[in-house]
Amino acid sequence: MAWKKYIPVFALIACIIVFQLAVTAMSREFYLTQLTMAAYYSLVILGLTVLMGYAGQISMGHAAFFAMGGYTSAVITTRDLMNVKGAVLVDLARDLGLTIVEKNAYGSDIEHLSPWAALAVAVVLTVIIAFLIGIPILKLKGHYLAMATLGFGIIVYRIVLGSRLFGEADGISDIPPFRIVGGLAVSGDPALRVQNFYIASFLVVVGVVLLMNLIDSRVGRALRSIHGSEEAANAMGIDTARYKLFIFVLSAVFACVAGVFLTHFNGGIGPSEADVMKSVSYVAIVAVGGMANLWGALIMGVILNYLSLRGYFGSYDEFVFGSILIVIMLFVPEGLLRMENARALARALARLRNNLGADRKQ
Amino acid sequence: MSYLEIKNMCRAFGGLKAVDDVSFSVERNAIKAVIGPNGAGKTTLFNLIAGSLEPDAGEAFIDGSPIHYLPPYRIARLGISRTFQNIKLFSHMTVLENVMIGRHIRSRSGLLQAMLRLSRSRKEERDIRERSMELLEMMGIGDLAGQEATSLAFGKQRIVEIARALATEPSVLLLDEPAAGLNIYETVQISDMILKIREKGITILVIEHDMSLVMNISDEIAVLSSGKKIAEGVPADIQRNEEVIRVYLGEDDA
Repeated sequence: MAWKKYIPVFALIACIIVFQLAVTAMSREFYLTQLTMAAYYSLVILGLTVLMGYAGQISMGHAAFFAMGGYTSAVITTRDLMNVKGAVLVDLARDLGLTIVEKNAYGSDIEHLSPWAALAVAVVLTVIIAFLIGIPILKLKGHYLAMATLGFGIIVYRIVLGSRLFGEADGISDIPPFRIVGGLAVSGDPALRVQNFYIASFLVVVGVVLLMNLIDSRVGRALRSIHGSEEAANAMGIDTARYKLFIFVLSAVFACVAGVFLTHFNGGIGPSEADVMKSVSYVAIVAVGGMANLWGALIMGVILNYLSLRGYFGSYDEFVFGSILIVIMLFVPEGLLRMENARALARALARLRNNLGADRKQ
Repeated sequence: MSYLEIKNMCRAFGGLKAVDDVSFSVERNAIKAVIGPNGAGKTTLFNLIAGSLEPDAGEAFIDGSPIHYLPPYRIARLGISRTFQNIKLFSHMTVLENVMIGRHIRSRSGLLQAMLRLSRSRKEERDIRERSMELLEMMGIGDLAGQEATSLAFGKQRIVEIARALATEPSVLLLDEPAAGLNIYETVQISDMILKIREKGITILVIEHDMSLVMNISDEIAVLSSGKKIAEGVPADIQRNEEVIRVYLGEDDA
């Protein structure tokens, strides 16, 4: 029945738990650090998959939304408000309990805005910006949309790289932990590795479930119909422009939330997070994952990001993701991990086996 | 006033007047055909009515309310549904899902309700599925529900497209060459289907250049040639109309 479609989700949760228990048992918990980061990047990939694979709209600028989340939270939570008195907004934040006083790395007290407030500001900001640029940009199709989003990504990258507020080339560091509830905190503290792995995994599971529900709904069908034939979708009474904007904003929010959490986990953020090559690698991963395939995107998102973060690609990192994109677009533009491809592979293998069998008999 | 009114529609592409001052009307629950040789402007006229093209001049009304400045999705919501000459089914979706999209304007769940799978949206989803399945059964293609729509034979795809259009519960159905590419048996099937759809109280405007289909099912026929309406009337009159015979059979009738 209805719960059957959630079986993969239970499998995912089981994998997460088994993996954690295994690395802890082998005292290899340091693996969890990059896996946690890979999980946050996968959140960007998931949102992008729905935009690209299901609604058929490309974005070559998603790193910008990730950076928007990360930098907004970084800027907001690193301002020391200890000596700020009498400013209306700051007092209001104090009254609402939105500020936190804690010791910094040198042992002195600092007061900063709560990451919860930062998260809210980051999401609202991202929604507004994605909405405003989405309106004109999403009128474009194909290469033109790719170019426009690429241009947006480059603008955000240059702003981040060039402004004092965002720390120019150094980025922003000493970002406080994001205390969620009780003892749970998003932070890079090695002692909190396991719980951080679970926090990131939890967000990924929630993201997957929300998007699964979305795809298999009235709204999801409308999005997929835009991919199938925008003209026919319109003729069926679907306001395609509005739905494209919806999903663009939603996928931007996924990237933004990932940016906020990963920045607190890393304790810092630099301009490379907004780099165009980051956007390219996101698109490449969605493509390898099978475009319209949430699970494929998630699996490839975790694996490729993990390999990249562990440094397996070395200085060829950009080369690897660029090549992946080119190869996919040339040979399997509909994406790699698709059922049709699996069937074609099975057929090819069966043919090969038959041929080999025939050869042997001769 | 008639149910669907087209007044002085004009649309040019560059120097070519694809539709040139065309007016006609369709009575409620009638079947009206627009015929004419290739390039006469039939599909352009259709696109003007359905809103996928904007007219240079002219007006269109459904049940007295103007539709000529509305985008296609608004026109669809007013009860005008259409099919396409070169079938436009949604790829990577099953036959059932294609028809379920037709239910879009008859349902309301939004983004958040869908993501959180609230009980109202679950109930609505069941409704959509049931209604769409019923429609497929009625059209005699219930057994194809789970197949990928674009992988079906051409004739079946036509039927799926009509089912999708009907799922919107239209008051006017625009059929763009429903018999194009079909064999003679399938054509008969389609004309029976069109008559059945009319029995449900739906007004039908059909573009076709298959004369036999049109003559059998239409109450009235309008003839276009080079963008202009050259004749209008009941099938028997159109069959005898000299000018229609000339544009259809060619000028070398010496």
